[in-house]
Amino acid sequence: MCTTCGCSDDATPRIDGVHQHLHEHTHDHSHEHSHGEMTHSHSHNHVHDHDHDHDHSHDHDHGHLATRSILKLEEDILAKNNLVAAENRGFFAGRKVLAINLVSSPGSGKTSLLEETIKSMSAKKAITVIEGDQETENDAQRIRNTGVKVVQINTGSGCHLEADSVAVAIKKVDPEQGSIVFIENVGNLVCPALFDLGEAAKVAILSVTEGEDKPLKYPHMFRAATALIINKIDLLPYLKFDIEKCKENALKVNPALRIFCLSAQTQVGMDAWYDWLIDRSK
Amino acid sequence: MHELSITKNIVAIVNERAKGRRVVRVQLEIGKLSAIVPESIRFCFDVCAKDTCLSGAKLEITEVWPIGRCQKCHQDFSLDLVNAQCPCGSRQFECIAGQEMRIKEMEVE
Repeated sequence: MCTTCGCSDDATPRIDGVHQHLHEHTHDHSHEHSHGEMTHSHSHNHVHDHDHDHDHSHDHDHGHLATRSILKLEEDILAKNNLVAAENRGFFAGRKVLAINLVSSPGSGKTSLLEETIKSMSAKKAITVIEGDQETENDAQRIRNTGVKVVQINTGSGCHLEADSVAVAIKKVDPEQGSIVFIENVGNLVCPALFDLGEAAKVAILSVTEGEDKPLKYPHMFRAATALIINKIDLLPYLKFDIEKCKENALKVNPALRIFCLSAQTQVGMDAWYDWLIDRSK
Repeated sequence: MHELSITKNIVAIVNERAKGRRVVRVQLEIGKLSAIVPESIRFCFDVCAKDTCLSGAKLEITEVWPIGRCQKCHQDFSLDLVNAQCPCGSRQFECIAGQEMRIKEMEVE
């Protein structure tokens, strides 16, 4: 079962079809014992990547008093994910890689947008893609057909990517110095907002076939995003979608949001998106 | 949606820190902007704590209201999730509270 998301069951991610053992645990143990006048303490720190029991047996009495004590933790509930995300961020920074986490509902056109972006940009910028889906290699195959490096993460029933599976994927795919890495998250507007993968920016994609009030319905994702792409604008003549209202709603939730209105199908508006990427990858 | 396993994370962290001692109280700080529903955490807590050293522990959740600090008038203001704006009209602000997802403290025996 996914360690953080209740909507999953038996969700061990598979990277290019291979099951990964991603859950590494770090423990600090320290023990203090009193033996009459003598006191000794010892501590050890070890990292292990599977569960095992810690059995410490002692054949002496501990004179512990049953007093209550308060331990101040101040620990982030997602600290483990955030730590791995910070490592990923360091990996990207070391290679001057721009990492973009693409988030949206299913069907907003993330993969089509990526295909077009790759076709237009890959001549001047190396691009690598990490594909996240619950099942199938379909999206990875579509990206592979464009000729760039791609790795597929299948989350099983997991509803979002986590930093540790991205850590394995980036080491496997080995992005080039100064390149752009696109991480296409699982289609879901809720959970991916919570999980830092180490990206430079989350880019939310909303298509005009969805409601213009979606930023108000799913505010956490639009607040977590740096940029918003309103996709499929070539369909506007056939729909009642009010694009100005959509932008207004998005900016109500996140006034700093950079908004691009475009169509991956017809290429309208794509240049501003490319310019933004090039500018951020400098 | 994701609170069951968020709660599992909480239990795992506290269990590790307790080092076998019985935990009688856990205090969390959950920001209103964190996308976590405290009621769902409460609902899951007893189930997740069962058969661990947290069994029977009291769960206290402090909800943290979002606060923005305006970059124009420099005042702090209560931040509305779906209308993020300072009363002075500015939309340039820094979020200084409301994103917490933290285990604040625990009480052990």
